[in-house]
Amino acid sequence: MVRNGEMEASSEVSGPESWGRYPRVPQEAVALAWADDPLPDGPAVLAHGMGRSYGDSCLNAEGPVLLTRALRRFISFDSQAGVLRAEAGTTLGEVTELALTRGWMPPVLPGTQFVTLGGAVANDIHGKGHHRTGAFGRHVRALGLRRSDGSLHALRPGEPLFEATVAGLGLTGLITWVEIQLERVPGAWVEAEGTRFRSLEEVQALDEESRETHAHTVAWIDGLARGRALGRGVFFRGNLVAGPQKLPRRPTPRRVPEAPEFLLSPFVLRTFNALYDHLPRWRSRTSVWKFFHPLDALGGWNRLYGRRGFFQHQSVVPDLEGVRALLALTSTRGQGSFLSVLKRFGSLSSPGMLSFPRPGWTLTVDVPNRGEETLAYLDEMDAVVRTYGGAIYPAKDARMSGETFRLGYPRVDEFAAFIDPRFRSRLWARVMG
Amino acid sequence: MSTPRRVLVLGATSGIAQAVARVYAAGGARLALVARSREHLATVASDLAVRGGEVVLQRSIDLCELDRHRTLLAEAETALDGLDVVLVAHGLLPDQQACQEDPRRSVASWDVNFVSAATLMEAAAERMAAAGRGTLGVLSSVAGERGRADNYVYGAAKAALTTYASGLGHRLRGTGVTVVTLKPGPVDTPMIRGRNISPGLVADVDVVGRRIHRALERGERVVYVPGKWRWIMAVLRALPVRLFERLKV
Repeated sequence: MVRNGEMEASSEVSGPESWGRYPRVPQEAVALAWADDPLPDGPAVLAHGMGRSYGDSCLNAEGPVLLTRALRRFISFDSQAGVLRAEAGTTLGEVTELALTRGWMPPVLPGTQFVTLGGAVANDIHGKGHHRTGAFGRHVRALGLRRSDGSLHALRPGEPLFEATVAGLGLTGLITWVEIQLERVPGAWVEAEGTRFRSLEEVQALDEESRETHAHTVAWIDGLARGRALGRGVFFRGNLVAGPQKLPRRPTPRRVPEAPEFLLSPFVLRTFNALYDHLPRWRSRTSVWKFFHPLDALGGWNRLYGRRGFFQHQSVVPDLEGVRALLALTSTRGQGSFLSVLKRFGSLSSPGMLSFPRPGWTLTVDVPNRGEETLAYLDEMDAVVRTYGGAIYPAKDARMSGETFRLGYPRVDEFAAFIDPRFRSRLWARVMG
Repeated sequence: MSTPRRVLVLGATSGIAQAVARVYAAGGARLALVARSREHLATVASDLAVRGGEVVLQRSIDLCELDRHRTLLAEAETALDGLDVVLVAHGLLPDQQACQEDPRRSVASWDVNFVSAATLMEAAAERMAAAGRGTLGVLSSVAGERGRADNYVYGAAKAALTTYASGLGHRLRGTGVTVVTLKPGPVDTPMIRGRNISPGLVADVDVVGRRIHRALERGERVVYVPGKWRWIMAVLRALPVRLFERLKV
């Protein structure tokens, strides 16, 4: 195990970054090779997996982060019952790849396969299937937690420390392993369908009609459309199907060079416009990798936002009126948030005290960082979310106020009692400090 | 593959060894694993079993105990019912500065990185030559190609190991045993994290694992991993001393 004092030669800031590359701060890091490696000295530590949290929830201002990527060994797999246990640094992509060989899949897959099991638990992540399977934490049968006092805990659903650790932002200790219940699937392919819609009423109708018939749904919204065009977009839905026997190959991570954002926007806009203008409705059979993780094909697409980084604003509001108000803001003040993602959460409850998924609509907007004006705009977005009684997703956040956080997460004081005294994140210091 | 490959991994808990073993396990190989820590070895063994490997032997011993090599090899050959592949992968990256200050630390690192690796190769070669077949892989390093200020204690051991492997391969010509010398550049494992290495030069451990697996299966003789290091090192070796010493490499 080696201390990471002066890593990085190619840019001005050293150490691991968050996905939004904001805030850009030096970050000390210590790589763990084994789950029982000693924790480094210092006032505070925090686990850091794939660095796919967008803001500062995966960064630590008061000491090193613990790199968990080498903790990626499978522990057991009951291929009859579909129960898999693996070390917490294993990625969902690795789990999916193995599970598919025996006809199983994780019941919750986020937009990228490059997230660790530990991160999936700590953020209680969700996916396109939320209306049917709920958040990730619902499928965790047990997890290993190592506290800084040296104690090791095997936690199960229903226990208070389990409910604190799921969606606990890594603050309750080091998650060392996770056991999940997988879901039976007919194959590794998705019968996918895209339908364009002209308004939020239309997307609501599409969502209603697909709720029982389609396991996975999500909508892309044109974030620049105004007036009568506001709320136009493309609705995607799909079901797993058998397809060809040979499993599709899992894409591996790629590193792309840092580039100014003008390279990214044409790509996304062109894709969107091509779909919108020329394909009112289409069907295709695609691999699980392409359907669930479309942006993975672009590799480190976050770097295309350039060195100032970007924000992702993801909120949940109880009904479509909140979404309409948010879109009205993005379309006039959008600052280049050209594409937004909309998904309706189902009614299944999330197990974590700080879980983000709750009944309602979740809207996700990418915003390039242009300094003060961007921060002011995002504050306006927060105000709308507060007005409609919603919440902001901490895994994506780098700037919400403590007040916004508290309003969205009423169980925060109950949660705070379970925090490990040596675990800290920049996000926590910011919203609670 | 109809009959499973029979693979002995020495230093099975090293990051690169785990990556190679994962590829063999996914192909249904039969595996014998040796490493120092019993607990860590058990962790690796369960992982390989989940991936489809059949782990027939786990031995936790310190490979610097040279007297135990022959027994170990015999035991592995019996457990595996023959040896198709032996991978010598144990090693450590010592703190260069500390070694400069304390010769005992240098010697201790050479015991691991060169002495025990070379004698293990010899012991493995003996058994494989007797069987008339097998592939003997050894993890050397590009660090052994030319001594550099910040890691020549490590590099010197790897240079010796490369030379030893070359001589052993030469001696074994015609016996049916192939010696494969593997020379990785920096790989993204806990061993190198925190070193001052440009991220663009650090290879993904799974890519390295697959490349080494292919090299062993094909019986390639000297393999740079990834391949670009062959050319980088050719240039670096060819530089005149005065120029080389001015470089920050």
